[in-house]
Amino acid sequence: MNSAVERVHISHVEMKEIVKTFPGVMACNHIDFDIRSGEVHSLLGENGAGKSTLMKMLYGMLRPDGGEILLDGRRAVFHSPADAISAGIGMIHQHFMLVPTMTVAQNVALGQPSSRGFMLDLDVVSDKIRKLSAEYGLRVNPDDLVSYLSVGEQQRVEIIKALYLGASIIILDEPTAVLTPQEVDDLFVVLRNLVAEGHGLVFISHKLHEVTTLSTRVSVLRDGHFMGTRDASCLDRDELVRMMVGRELKEITPRGYSGGAERLKVRDLHVQGDRGTEVVCGVTIDLHAGEILGIAGVAGNGQRELAEALIGVRVPTSGTILLEDADITTAKLNNRINAGMAMIPEERMQDGAIKDFSVQENVFLHDHSDPEFSAGIFLRFKKMEAHARRLIQDFKVKTPNLDTPIRNLSGGNIQKVIMARELSRKPSVLIASQPTRGVDIGASEYIRERLLLQRDNGTAVLLISEDLDELFSLSDRIAVMYEGRIMGLFNREDTDVQTLGFLMAGLDPKGESLVGPGCE
Amino acid sequence: MKEKRQKPQDPNQLLSRDSWFELGLRTLFPFLGVLVALLVSAVVLLFLRVNPLAAYAAMFRGAFGSMSGWYQTFVKATPLLLVGLGICIAFKASVINIGGEGQIIMGALAGTAVALRFPDAPAFMLVTTCLLAGFLAGAFWGFIPGYLKARFKVNEILSTIMMNHIALQFMNYLLSGPMMDPEARSAGTFLAQTARLPAGSWLTRIVPQTLMHSGVYIALTLAILVYVFLWRTTIGFRIRAVGLNPQASLYSAINVPVNQALSMTLAGGLAGLAGIIEVLGVHRRIIEGFTGGYGFTGIVAALLGSLHPIGLIPASILFGGLLVGANTMQRAMQVPAALIQAILGLVVLFVSGSTLGIQQIIKKRRISVTAAIKEDQS
Repeated sequence: MNSAVERVHISHVEMKEIVKTFPGVMACNHIDFDIRSGEVHSLLGENGAGKSTLMKMLYGMLRPDGGEILLDGRRAVFHSPADAISAGIGMIHQHFMLVPTMTVAQNVALGQPSSRGFMLDLDVVSDKIRKLSAEYGLRVNPDDLVSYLSVGEQQRVEIIKALYLGASIIILDEPTAVLTPQEVDDLFVVLRNLVAEGHGLVFISHKLHEVTTLSTRVSVLRDGHFMGTRDASCLDRDELVRMMVGRELKEITPRGYSGGAERLKVRDLHVQGDRGTEVVCGVTIDLHAGEILGIAGVAGNGQRELAEALIGVRVPTSGTILLEDADITTAKLNNRINAGMAMIPEERMQDGAIKDFSVQENVFLHDHSDPEFSAGIFLRFKKMEAHARRLIQDFKVKTPNLDTPIRNLSGGNIQKVIMARELSRKPSVLIASQPTRGVDIGASEYIRERLLLQRDNGTAVLLISEDLDELFSLSDRIAVMYEGRIMGLFNREDTDVQTLGFLMAGLDPKGESLVGPGCE
Repeated sequence: MKEKRQKPQDPNQLLSRDSWFELGLRTLFPFLGVLVALLVSAVVLLFLRVNPLAAYAAMFRGAFGSMSGWYQTFVKATPLLLVGLGICIAFKASVINIGGEGQIIMGALAGTAVALRFPDAPAFMLVTTCLLAGFLAGAFWGFIPGYLKARFKVNEILSTIMMNHIALQFMNYLLSGPMMDPEARSAGTFLAQTARLPAGSWLTRIVPQTLMHSGVYIALTLAILVYVFLWRTTIGFRIRAVGLNPQASLYSAINVPVNQALSMTLAGGLAGLAGIIEVLGVHRRIIEGFTGGYGFTGIVAALLGSLHPIGLIPASILFGGLLVGANTMQRAMQVPAALIQAILGLVVLFVSGSTLGIQQIIKKRRISVTAAIKEDQS
């Protein structure tokens, strides 16, 4: 028995007419994609464009509803990642699948049959790792404990693991999202070595400059549709951005926006993320009464942490937040709510609602101790019920009754309940994070209407969204966030999708790098 | 591609049927667990050449076959119910309290100290003060691991187990030292027990010639109060919110650590109350081993009662019955005492196993029902 799997040689993987539907969404709508050995084929697209879904089907994590996968012309069906792995396909996930308390060699050997039957063969595994490491310039020591490794090093362990399992085609799901710029350079060296050795790489990203420096070919997905493939020799960044964000803009009807009183003043805010690195780097914004300020940006550029710092569930490392000239930088969440702040959190089911609580209980997550709804420690159910019923009707929430556990409602209706709860306090500042993500069209429309209504009633609204259409149709001003910084702030009328798209991809819209090298 | 063959049913109807189904499952399954445990134990009994049917008959007769059996069952059910109520509150905040034994001990010690210190106080005042002292001491013993969890994220399972050992050794020290019965000392027997408590501190025996005492009423009243507390008060609301989703609670400005510590404190208080009630009602002094494992058995009773204060009432009666019946079985059938422990252990195993089974079934059903409702909404 051989402990390390010999490399499985595949020279051409094709995905044809791939269809995948999830309840309510067509994640992949007849997509064609192929990858050859010795090339980097990048998949470009906004969040939710279907990149990850497509690749999960290639890796056997999801099964396509239609279409076929061909390996060197032969049809293949993957029931699980194990099938894909034995066919020579590997995947490096965004979140690493490593056991931190084990060494590199133990992690690689995990789940693999030993060459010595019941006895461990870690020395054999280690030798193989050293060999692979030297061959591809991965600089991985098999005896290191994974918990002591940096993020970049852990990623290289994942690559070793894929190679050890004999992968010929390797899918990298946004591999640079978690890396520092220096680590990105190191990774690219490794990836080039892999290509030189005849591996085929699928590189998922939405950072344009990375894609253009690395790729042999680039394919663009948008809203589950295949938008086209371009050769590296003829890359037009302008065109790629258009393919990515695409749609021509609906005509904008200017609204009478005359910046109201300043409500929220954020000055040079720095916030750390979960990994302890700085993810919001000196953000300064002003939010006025009666405006919607949109924050555009690809997920993971610090928007989430910014919102959390503003509402008070994450402590900023420095900078100040002023609410109507009162310093609330370190104020407790409860005090912020009482001072008029409200939030629609990004993770609806995790942060916004308690799924096993009833609709009514979810309405009262914060207000249950309000004197209107409780006498001493006792809840006043009659008042609570009347209030909840009013909100449900007002926001047109479809629910069998108030006692229905909220998990039984659709995403859109859950979001409406959350919104009803937050707006019922008549907030002076509302922070809405991705309020329509994963929400069906009807509910999305309604939620947008309510946001506009709130704006017209004088609330200062901060709208964080990845949906440019939504930002354009709702915002008075739009700021773009990229890698923790505000890249630009525009009046809606003075900007366009193109400009924002460039800023979101980390590019200067006025720079001369609009046309890639190699194009005449 | 799945085709819709039938018209979706009225989701309202589906839903209510669903919740009835769930309720039925939750109530029935634990008892099924008891049944399976008895079946497995039957095999063990057969190995010992004991007729399992006769053994179980003896068990049932002992627990429920006579009025005195019933009274004994109620006496055993009382501490189980009190401890279980505490477990229930802690569980709602998703805190697991394994410290019942220690809290029982601390409650009993504090109440006993009060009773021995003020032997001549008026009866009503003395009983009330003893009960209060028992509650507070147990609450304090629950507060410590609760605070450690809230402040330093110390795992409450480990800390409560350690608190049990501390309480036990503290009691052993007191019983063989400062609190030892002076009579035992002068008689030279040196029994590890306290002096007999003054009559003014005793809980009334409500049925003469039995151990049945008024603590039963206290336990039943508290079961209702705990129900009201959890579902009708703001504090109960917050405790449940914290237990179901700490993340969302945080976003709604509910203080997660404080509520977790509070639930642990209340759990400790109820166990402490169980301890002092057991002393004032049954033994009327602290004797070695008076806790009878109620701190642990109470956890299982709580699981059997689906972690619901009202469901706990029949569950603790059943468990009380098992304890009483096991004694009868031991005497009547010459079954070794260790086997009784094994049978109770099996009951624990299967009851907790059955809750997992329920979750599986409910999950499956929920998916289909939810799908039907969502279809209807869109």
